Amino acid sequence: MAVKKISKVQPEKFEFNKKNKETADSIIKNYPSGKQQSAVMALLYLAQKQNDNWIPLSAMKYIAKYLDMPYIKVYEVATFYSMYNLTPVGKYFFQVCTTTPCMLRGAYNLVDVCKRKISDEENRLSEDGKTSWLEVECLGACVNAPMLQLNEDYYEDLDPTKLEQIIDKISNDEVPQPGSYRGRLSSEPENTRKTLIGNKNA
Amino acid sequence: MLEDKDRIFQNLYNDFGADLISAKKRGDWKDTKEICGKGREWIINEIKTSELRGRGGAGFPTGLKWSFAPKEVGSRPHYLVINADESEPGTCKDRDILRFEPHKLIEGCLIASYAVNAHKCYIYIRGEYFNEGQKLQTAIDEAYKDGLLGKNSAGTDWELDIYIHYGAGAYICGEETALLESIEGKKGQPRLKPPFPALIGLYGCPTIINNVETISVVPTILRRGGNWFASLGRPKNTGSKIYCISGNVNNPCNVEEEMGIPLKELIEKHAGGVIGGWDNLKAVIPGGSSMPLLPKETCETIKMDFDACVENKTGLGTAGIVVINKDQDIIKCMARIARFYKHESCGQCTPCREGSGWMWRMLERMAKGEATRDEVDMLLDVTKQIEGHTICAFGEGSSWPVQGLIRNFKDEIIERNKFDPIVKKQKDIPYLVDQHLLEKENA
Repeated sequence: MAVKKISKVQPEKFEFNKKNKETADSIIKNYPSGKQQSAVMALLYLAQKQNDNWIPLSAMKYIAKYLDMPYIKVYEVATFYSMYNLTPVGKYFFQVCTTTPCMLRGAYNLVDVCKRKISDEENRLSEDGKTSWLEVECLGACVNAPMLQLNEDYYEDLDPTKLEQIIDKISNDEVPQPGSYRGRLSSEPENTRKTLIGNKNA
Repeated sequence: MLEDKDRIFQNLYNDFGADLISAKKRGDWKDTKEICGKGREWIINEIKTSELRGRGGAGFPTGLKWSFAPKEVGSRPHYLVINADESEPGTCKDRDILRFEPHKLIEGCLIASYAVNAHKCYIYIRGEYFNEGQKLQTAIDEAYKDGLLGKNSAGTDWELDIYIHYGAGAYICGEETALLESIEGKKGQPRLKPPFPALIGLYGCPTIINNVETISVVPTILRRGGNWFASLGRPKNTGSKIYCISGNVNNPCNVEEEMGIPLKELIEKHAGGVIGGWDNLKAVIPGGSSMPLLPKETCETIKMDFDACVENKTGLGTAGIVVINKDQDIIKCMARIARFYKHESCGQCTPCREGSGWMWRMLERMAKGEATRDEVDMLLDVTKQIEGHTICAFGEGSSWPVQGLIRNFKDEIIERNKFDPIVKKQKDIPYLVDQHLLEKENA
C-alpha cells in the first residue's frame, strides 16, 4: 500500500463548473437508478481536472453531496486509488514507470534526468513551479519501454537525451508530440516484422 | 508459425485504421445477426467446442463460464463486464486491442451479452489508458450511429448498451470481484468467493466478467467455427494468443501467434533475439510478473501454452514475456517486482499487506548483499505464509515470483549473502507469537 498525503493548504469551496456538471450528470445516467455512487470515481477525476490536477477535501465533500453518499466513502475512494492527487502537482505532471520491464530498459536513467532537470525529489515542484514528477508502477506499455506518462499522454521508447528535450520543451510551455520517440506507430517489432506482411504493403 | 490468414487481429499494428468502415472491410460485424439468430445454446456450445480459455491470466474455459449464468432472467438483470484493467507488468496486449481493434471487442460484447442475457455491459478500463478509452468511446459512438448497438443492436432484436468505466490506478482492480467493487464506487478490495459473480456479482446481480482479448476473439471463432479455433495449438490449449515480448530483447513487440509456440522461437524470430545473443540470456518471466521465472535451460525447450507452463512450474498468465539477460542483476529485478506488489496490495488481508512489504525489504537487502545466509529460507517461509492465505489470488501472484527466484537462483543469492546470523545459536522458537509460552516456563 502506498502512503497518501493530504495537502495542508485547502481551498474553502469547490463546485463543478457548468460543463463538468453536465458531464457529471450524464455519467450518473450510465448506472442504474439508485446506484449513483458508481459515478464517484469519474466525478473525482472530473474534480481533479477542474482543480489544476489535484483534489481538495472540499471537492470530496461536494461530490459526496452530489451523489448522496457519506463523505467518508468518497474519502475512502480518493485515498485508495493512486491516480487521485490529494496534494498539488505540477501543471505538467511526469509519471515515470520504473517497474521491472521498464527498469530493464533503463527507466532509472529517466528518473535521473527528472531529478536533475525537474526537482531532486518526487512530488516537489520544479523551480518555475510548472512541473513535478513521480515514480509510478507499471503503466501497461511494456513493449514500448522505457516510457512515461505526461498528464494524459504516453511518451514511449525514450532515452535520457530525448527526455531532456521533452522537459526543455515543457519549460517553454510547448507540449511535445506524444507517442513513440523511435518512430513506432504501434507495438510492432522494429525492422524485423515477420507477421501480417501483406497488410503492411496494402 | 501461424499463417497470416489465421491471425484474428489483422489490425494489431494499425495498418488499416480502427474506424468502423475499415473494421467492416476486415470482416467485423459481418453476419452478427445470423450468428445471434442461431441461439444462445449454439453460441455457448461453439465456444465450448473451440476450447477457448480466458486470456486474462487464469485460463478458465470461457464457454463454461458463460454457462454458469442463469438461463432465464429472474427479478435481477444480468450484466456483462469486460476487464480492461490491464496492469500486469509485462502485459500490453489489451491496449492494442482497445486502440486498434475496438470493433472486435464491441461485437464480441454484443454476442456475449446475448449469450448470457445481459442488456448492459460495462467496460472497465484502467485510468491511465485515457486515450485508449477515448478511442474505444469513439468506436462505441460509431456503432450506436450505425445501429449496431442500442435498442435493436445490429438487427438482432437484442437491446444492448455499453458504458466505459475508468479505473484510477489500482492493480488489484484487475481481480474480478475487486473490479465489481470498483464499479460500485467503492475501494477495490476483492470479495470472498463464493458466491461467485456469475450468480451474485455487480449490484448483487448475475455478472459475467471476461478479459478484453477473450471477448475480442469470440466473433471470429463463431464466424469460422469452433473447430477451426480448436485446430490451432493442442487440445485444452487451443487457438492463437497475443504475446507481448519486452525486456532485454532487440525488438520488443506484440505478436499474435499460435498457442504452444516455442518460447525460443518467439524471442529469436519475432523479438529479434536477446540483447547480447541467446547465450546472454539469464531468465524469462513467461506470463506477466506474477508468474515464476524460468531459467535459461527451460527456455530452450518450453512451449508457450497453459499446460506446458504449469508442467514447468510456472504459468502462461497473460503471456507477457519479460526477458532478462545477464547484464541485469536478477535479484534486483525481482526486488523491483516485490516493490510493485507491496505498492499494489489492497491491504485487506494481513498476510499480503504485511508480507508483500517483508518480501520487498528482504529482497532489497539481498540484492545489496546485506542479508544473512539463513534469511533465504526465511524468505521462502514468508512466501509460503502468504500463498493460499488471502482472499484473492494476489497472495499467490506476489509470492510466486519470489519462490521462482529462490528455486532457480538460490545459489546466487547465497553467494552474495554470506553473513552468518548475528544470533548464532539456533533457538527453537518457530514464531514470535509463541514467546509467552516460553516465559511461563521460566516463571
